[in-house]
Amino acid sequence: MSATAAAVTQPAIDAVLSVNNIEVIYDHVILVLKGVSLTVPRGGIVAILGANGAGKTTTLKAISNLLKAERGEVTKGSIEFEGTRVDTLSPNDLVRRGCIQVMEGRHCFAHLTIEENLMTGAFTRRDGNAAIKRDLEKIYDIFPRLRQRRTSVAGYTSGGEQQMCAVGRAMMSKPKMILLDEPSMGLAPQIVEEIFEIVMRLNRDEGVSFLVAEQNTNMALKYATYGYIMETGRIVMDGEAKSLRENEDVKEFYLGVSEGAKKSFRDVKSYKRRKRWLA
Amino acid sequence: MSAVTSSAPKPLLSPAVMATLKVLGVFGAIALAIVLLDLPDLLVQTLWEGLVAGVLYALIALGFVLIFKASGVFNFAQGIMVVFSALTLVGSYEIMTQRMGLPPGTVVAILAVIVAVATMFVLAWLVERIVLRPLVNQNDIIMLMATVGLTYFLIGFGEYVFGGNPKVMITSQLGLPVGSTQFNILGGRVNIQHLDVAAAVIASVMIAGLAFFFQYTRIGRALRAVADSHKAALSVGISLNQIWVIVWFTAGVVALVTGIMWGARSDVSFALEIIALKALSVLILGGFTSVPGAIVGGLIIGIGEKMGEGYWGPLFGGGIETWLAYVIALGFLLFRPQGLFGEKIIERI
Repeated sequence: MSATAAAVTQPAIDAVLSVNNIEVIYDHVILVLKGVSLTVPRGGIVAILGANGAGKTTTLKAISNLLKAERGEVTKGSIEFEGTRVDTLSPNDLVRRGCIQVMEGRHCFAHLTIEENLMTGAFTRRDGNAAIKRDLEKIYDIFPRLRQRRTSVAGYTSGGEQQMCAVGRAMMSKPKMILLDEPSMGLAPQIVEEIFEIVMRLNRDEGVSFLVAEQNTNMALKYATYGYIMETGRIVMDGEAKSLRENEDVKEFYLGVSEGAKKSFRDVKSYKRRKRWLA
Repeated sequence: MSAVTSSAPKPLLSPAVMATLKVLGVFGAIALAIVLLDLPDLLVQTLWEGLVAGVLYALIALGFVLIFKASGVFNFAQGIMVVFSALTLVGSYEIMTQRMGLPPGTVVAILAVIVAVATMFVLAWLVERIVLRPLVNQNDIIMLMATVGLTYFLIGFGEYVFGGNPKVMITSQLGLPVGSTQFNILGGRVNIQHLDVAAAVIASVMIAGLAFFFQYTRIGRALRAVADSHKAALSVGISLNQIWVIVWFTAGVVALVTGIMWGARSDVSFALEIIALKALSVLILGGFTSVPGAIVGGLIIGIGEKMGEGYWGPLFGGGIETWLAYVIALGFLLFRPQGLFGEKIIERI
């Protein structure tokens, strides 16, 4: 284990979500997660980083329990949300308890208007129309662009607007925690920045905790408080966002900046072999 | 020829044949107009009958579309649900009046309606529990086979409980009007059954009610969300199981209303399932996912059928009504396979 990861041990503070050593198998045969543990402190923004196929999305889906719809299954370990085990709950129950996922690729309801999309987020709420209307206005204040497009069919809005719609829709369920999967996917850098600013604002003003899966390491570590790095179904490194940002290995592998002269191919290979962290 | 035109679908028939067809079509239309306007009262009568039949076809097709949109299941059992619900209504009325000794009349008829609606709810719940939930994520064909199984289960169960004899719909007990009125119109006579008027009105109210329910209520919005994307609906906490029960129940109630109307026009027996097959041609016409399509398709098939029977029937020696719907559907499959209102696919590139 690298020095930074060892220095920052698991924080023993109030955790809104803790995942303990889970294993996920798809279709009864394909082992995708091989013992993943992570903690999200209350009010924190935690990032899961890693390349394609590392298991970021699977981890989020295991938490929100959307796995079952894709024939995936948590076979080992446990998931606790606010201290109670939730690995057997339906997504519907979890949303009711305050944990909601914003899926990769937005998944707005294409034939519904923006406003109808936002209203579907309030499906599980039982606190009356007045409260829902009030929250809708609040969402429009946070995302003024959505107010302009409220009567547009979601399928015809831009990618950034759809991402905002998906986040706003999740906010309509009054969540304590949002699992945000790859918010930067297919968006212009400027829009990505905007989305992350909003994430930070929701975190600060509404007290929503976030678990964000991202490939855009740079952006995620800029806004997150803590980060986990995944590789082929395992967490290979974790630490405070700041220390990860300054970590040489992370810089080299994920941020694409390295110090010193260009290494020869042979050096790179041996270097990589040496540094396959926990593999 | 290849690169430029390959994007457009290749026409099924060569241009020469198409041109000939067009000319024939124009002549046909003129001839048709002369024939139709020759006896205007007959035209009005036929149109009216077609309209009523069409509204009922539309209702059956609507049941199909509801279930197809919300659960992706092609519900082969929809037609049988029409018969089964009507049978439950009449059967429970008979049981209550004959075996339990309740006085026949409107009160018991309304009780029987409540029993029938409750039965449709239990059926929806059982289907979700026993059929849909265990088979979720399976192939479409497996789901279709499951509904074929459901069809035969319902036939057997219905005959076991209520007997296999055709029954008479409790039309007057339900407060539906009987009898007919004659109008003098366009120099001829048009005969309108009061029941048909009631059927058209009730069906229209029902369709409007469903449209309102879908557009403006929380559950309706959730139903449309599920129809759009199952996964996204799951992710925002919409319970698919709950939605499936609701949608099958709604389809069951639509089936009950259709069954009452249709049963009142003939009688209640499993022979009625043939009309459910005709609803298939309505679906092909209107598109499997479109509610307006189901309505317009139903009207086209209904009117087309009666017109065909009335004007061309004698040429074929009658009986044209039973197969004309399928011929119309075949024509649509050849030229517009996605139906009149087939799903508008919204995709950003």
